[in-house]
Amino acid sequence: MKKILALVLALALVVCASLALAEEEVKVMTKEEFDAAAIDDPVCIEAYVQANQSWWDGKIKLYLQDENGAGYFAYDLPCTEEEAEKLTVPGTKIRLSGFKAEWSGEIEIIDGKFEILDAEPFVTEPEDVTDLLGSDDLIKHMNEKVEFKGLKVAASKVEGKDDEFPFLYAWDGSGSRESNSDLYFNVEKDGQVYTFTVESYLCGAVTEVYAAVEELKIGDTIDCGGFLYWYNGANPHITSVTVTEPAPAE
Amino acid sequence: MRKRFTAVLLLICLLFALSGCHGKQSRSGFSVPDHFDDRMPVEIVFWAKNDTNKNQVAVYQQAIDEFQALYPNVTVNMRLYTDYSRIYNDVITNISTNTTPNVCITYPDHIATYLTGSNTVAALDDLMKDPRFGLGGSEVRFDAPKEEEIVPEFLKECMIGEHTYAMPYMRSTEALYINEDFVKKLGYEVPEAPTWDFVWEVSEKAMEQDEDGLFKVNGQKVLIPFIYKSTDNMMISMLKQLGAPYSTDAGEILIFNDMTKELLEEIYIHGKSRAFSTFAISSYPGNFLNAGQCIFAIDSTAGATWMGSEAPMMDIHKEQVVPFHTKVTMIPQFDPDQPKMISQGPSVCVFSKENDQEVLASWLFVQYLLSNEIQLGYAETEGYLPVTQKALDSVEYKDYLARAGEDNKDHYRVKIEASKLLMENTKNTFVTPVFNGSASLRAAAGQLIENTVKGARRKQEMNDAFIEKLYSDVNSLYRLDQIGGDRQARVVPTGAWVLLGTIAAVWVVIGIFKLREKKKNKTIK
Repeated sequence: MKKILALVLALALVVCASLALAEEEVKVMTKEEFDAAAIDDPVCIEAYVQANQSWWDGKIKLYLQDENGAGYFAYDLPCTEEEAEKLTVPGTKIRLSGFKAEWSGEIEIIDGKFEILDAEPFVTEPEDVTDLLGSDDLIKHMNEKVEFKGLKVAASKVEGKDDEFPFLYAWDGSGSRESNSDLYFNVEKDGQVYTFTVESYLCGAVTEVYAAVEELKIGDTIDCGGFLYWYNGANPHITSVTVTEPAPAE
Repeated sequence: MRKRFTAVLLLICLLFALSGCHGKQSRSGFSVPDHFDDRMPVEIVFWAKNDTNKNQVAVYQQAIDEFQALYPNVTVNMRLYTDYSRIYNDVITNISTNTTPNVCITYPDHIATYLTGSNTVAALDDLMKDPRFGLGGSEVRFDAPKEEEIVPEFLKECMIGEHTYAMPYMRSTEALYINEDFVKKLGYEVPEAPTWDFVWEVSEKAMEQDEDGLFKVNGQKVLIPFIYKSTDNMMISMLKQLGAPYSTDAGEILIFNDMTKELLEEIYIHGKSRAFSTFAISSYPGNFLNAGQCIFAIDSTAGATWMGSEAPMMDIHKEQVVPFHTKVTMIPQFDPDQPKMISQGPSVCVFSKENDQEVLASWLFVQYLLSNEIQLGYAETEGYLPVTQKALDSVEYKDYLARAGEDNKDHYRVKIEASKLLMENTKNTFVTPVFNGSASLRAAAGQLIENTVKGARRKQEMNDAFIEKLYSDVNSLYRLDQIGGDRQARVVPTGAWVLLGTIAAVWVVIGIFKLREKKKNKTIK
């Protein structure tokens, strides 16, 4: 009798424990389900690492995309330096659970936990969204790998000065290459000006794109690619720049 | 003969052990050189922090250019940072490779960590008082402030234990930036010193929505009535105002108490209703304030140029800005008759180096940062306050303050009112105890609020279990159980262990010899 009672109790314990665990687990979401989730809701996605911002203070920021093109941004994902080494290999598939958050318009996954999945690496091709610049549809591509073609480099100015620059170190020109400052440059399309950024924790002063932007001239026609980050509006993080038509010589 | 030899050997061992204990400290034994060597080229590395503000960078550059003109044999190489934590991290890394900068913008909390292990930061006590090269000394080639001309409250903040390890560079506090139009629209008047109850009440009232889901007060879909930029400061200030425990001077952690719990329970309510949020969760308070999506924004006075619909710095599109009158007050208080607000802002320290001339040149450069030109130039870039009475009393500064509102750039009203707030309340400011680990405790204080607000937004229940888990999570995240007065008292440096061990060994050997001698004597008898 005692043995049966012990067995029943043990079984009950196992059932309760598995129920509790199941309750905590969020199932892997489709992009539609993720979009439908409210801010602060728990979310879970599977996607491939496309790029990362540098690991620092036990955290990393990841640009992710799945096979269907859905882009995600993992903000300050806690991981060890060893884990970060694996995570920074482009194409690595992960399952990421965390909470949906919005920061200055950027939709991200915060307080995340991840698991590296055994899968064939997948690196996505950028989608050309040039025609969506300035339209309400651009936001649908947030966090995706994108490209823009045939944009003209427009002048950037430092407040209080008349000088024109093709780019600025930091948003107001207060930075420098030595400080690995972000680069800000303006591009023009159909009379509208947009600000693009080379985020230095994604592409620092040692990268090709950083050097390429430093070489830009006002009036150059360029193609560029990057990730469609959002900060109070579209603020692409640029990872490649090619001058297709240099500015006419003065 | 043999006994003598052993005694000498032991003595040598003892001396060796003693010298081993002090070998690492040799660099800290800096003595002020008797002259400044004009012929010796000296290169000093200066790690500076700016608020991503080109005007601040220009002032640093001006300081370097003018200083180099006065001391042509000195070259100052500046590296710019926009984040204190990055400087902190880089200094820690460079301490281990002996490649620290010469001069560094910093916080006393950080210096306390730099000081552990080896003596890397120069104590400035002797330098300050030196009649030739000290503060305002006879051989200083510019008009530097004397010690008594530095605001005493700010200078005291740079003391760790009995020594001064930094000079204050700029000071700021936090201000409550208010959309006064919205407060009036909700049927209230803004008091001179708002209380926490007032801010919570108005914030909750503002959450009323119409049938279309628009907030009645601003007619928009988005409204976060109250946003606090630095939740570290929020918790610290609330506890200070209530006289509640935070930490002891020796570093004992006291923050996990019932008063903290009560505060978190209140914050939870407003996090749940979404009347309150934080920078980490939602973004810059100034952006929401300027877009008419926030009523009470708490940010540093050093961020005043971003606050208000006419602010010279703007991070949102012009068409998003909603015009309103910005009122600047002290942060909310529990007892407005005894206000308390944090004192913060950059200080500047000098790192110890083998070359005394290098240290002297660094110290002179630090003094140059305290000269009127630099103090006024930098302070006016934001709502900072100069740290010298000499600058505060200057005709130029008084003129600058008097011209508040004359334009929306150099004399932006909100910025100057923010500076005045600190000037009028210097005696009401406080700082938290500085010890190895105090920076972690600061971060933990903020994390308690961040996790509480996130928990509320994620529909977690507020109860004893929530608080217990929160305390435990934050405690382990910041390893607070590994810092604190008791542990510090227990920690004995390796050198001291070697010394104690050697002494013990010497006594044991002496004892053995004594016993053997006694035995021998007995046998002879």
